[in-house]
Amino acid sequence: MNLESVKTLYRAEMARSLRTVLQSIVSPVLSTSLYFVVFGSAIGSRISEVNGVSYGAFIVPGLIMLMLLTQSVSNASFGIFFPRFSGTIYEVLSAPMSYWEVVAGYVGAAASKSLILGIIVLITARLFVPYSIEHPLMMAVFLVLTAATFSLLGFIIGIWADGFEKLQLVPLLVITPLTFLGGTFYSIDMLPPFWQAVTLANPVVYLVSGFRWSFYGISDVSPLISLGMIMLFLAAALSVVAWIFRTGYRLKP
Amino acid sequence: MSDAQDARVIRIEGLGKTFAGGFEALKDIDLDIHRGEILALLGPNGAGKTTLISVICGLVNPTHGRVLIDGYDNVRQFRQARARIGLVPQELTNDAFIRVWDTVSFSRGLFGKPRDPAHIEKVLRSLSLWEKRNNRLITLSGGMKRRVLIAKALAHEPEILFLDEPTAGVDVALRRDMWEVVRQLRDSGVTIILTTHYIEEAEEMADRIGVIRAGELVLVEDKQALMQQLGRKELTLHLRDPLDGVPPTLSQHRLTLTEDGHALVYAYDAEADGDDTGIARLLADLEAAGIAVKDLHTRQSSLEEIFVNLVKEAA
Repeated sequence: MNLESVKTLYRAEMARSLRTVLQSIVSPVLSTSLYFVVFGSAIGSRISEVNGVSYGAFIVPGLIMLMLLTQSVSNASFGIFFPRFSGTIYEVLSAPMSYWEVVAGYVGAAASKSLILGIIVLITARLFVPYSIEHPLMMAVFLVLTAATFSLLGFIIGIWADGFEKLQLVPLLVITPLTFLGGTFYSIDMLPPFWQAVTLANPVVYLVSGFRWSFYGISDVSPLISLGMIMLFLAAALSVVAWIFRTGYRLKP
Repeated sequence: MSDAQDARVIRIEGLGKTFAGGFEALKDIDLDIHRGEILALLGPNGAGKTTLISVICGLVNPTHGRVLIDGYDNVRQFRQARARIGLVPQELTNDAFIRVWDTVSFSRGLFGKPRDPAHIEKVLRSLSLWEKRNNRLITLSGGMKRRVLIAKALAHEPEILFLDEPTAGVDVALRRDMWEVVRQLRDSGVTIILTTHYIEEAEEMADRIGVIRAGELVLVEDKQALMQQLGRKELTLHLRDPLDGVPPTLSQHRLTLTEDGHALVYAYDAEADGDDTGIARLLADLEAAGIAVKDLHTRQSSLEEIFVNLVKEAA
């Protein structure tokens, strides 16, 4: 294991976000705060309670998940796409690093950034609504696994994309809709039975449900199923990355 | 296993690369690169120079053959192999907003070397970048950016440096500076492989010259040997009356008769032969043989000519 190389890549990636602190930290925190103001306070005041939890508190885990998914994907995809686009990737590919070390650097940094943002949002939320965390350890597990999985997904997108349009396509057309329809703002038992069944095909439902369970002990699906699903996504993402490296896809002709 | 005594710092054996589209960029390249030399790879655009470098540096997978760096296979023992190599790419690729010092330090860390500000300072000073160390790359001129790329490649103290067209698009004064930098590096013991279009550059810099054409290494030769070919001259004697053959009395001279019999061609080596080119004796013998010369001219083959012929030859 070439720890020095991984650390260098990780630090450089983290430094890149610090250079663009407005875009990387302020803007996502601001947009999440707006959700709290609009959905939590303005609209939420008209909604009494969901499963015994005030609406404002109910949406906290969902909003953190929303932030975690979108930021993980965009950070990681941009992180690997940009050096490919600018050509600086030559240096990483010619360094004495294994592929998994390269992934550890890029994906580790992307996941760390979205984790930091998630925690900032968690703290910001406290300014708007009171909430409790029943299972803090499980909350941390869900946070870390989700950040890692979706950063891997972002890495895959950043390798697959051959232009800026494709880079935006998946986050915009797939991740955001799935998150909005994944029970961020509602409990799926508020839906008609048919749509409940459809919703269960949405992977984000399991993430939000499990994460919400770690806060309030209430969930749409069993937390164990949630945990199982996220492990499954993680395994799937790792297999795709392994395939990319085995074939040299878009990295090494 | 590494063999420190082996003078061949890079061994390329039967190396070939066919890209996914079916394009055969490299065909069966065999090449040994000697420790401490400057090897210039000459060739036209698309000949495979960059592909060859990319395979050696691990940016492109070979289709067949292998590359040993200091005895380490560059695929199976990529860590040991790559740690020894610094690569300066052809394109001026860089992260526009990063500072010179940071990007050069990053390169060192990426190659797994512990921080060493003293070494980074030495590299920056040797490339006249020290004053610019806190500049963002976007504020630098093209020539300075090229130097930053060299500094990055040297940050991890490589034994072997690849320079892919280091002086492409660089003005004449800067090109001379760059050559000086390369010479200093060679003097410090670094083996240097550079690719170039400019024959003048190869002539100026290289210990050995390799010519690549259509994915094949058509020639690898000591520059001195090539320079001797460069020094080869031809004296053409136009005859008043055509001959059927070279007269026996002139057989001691290296003479060939043109097909139409109207001219005799005398090849000699202006450098090696020195003052005694044999021309005076030849002319005296011609007179004695009663062969009348109506005109004569001499010509010299240049490295450029050799190169152009090689590149055109049997495509």
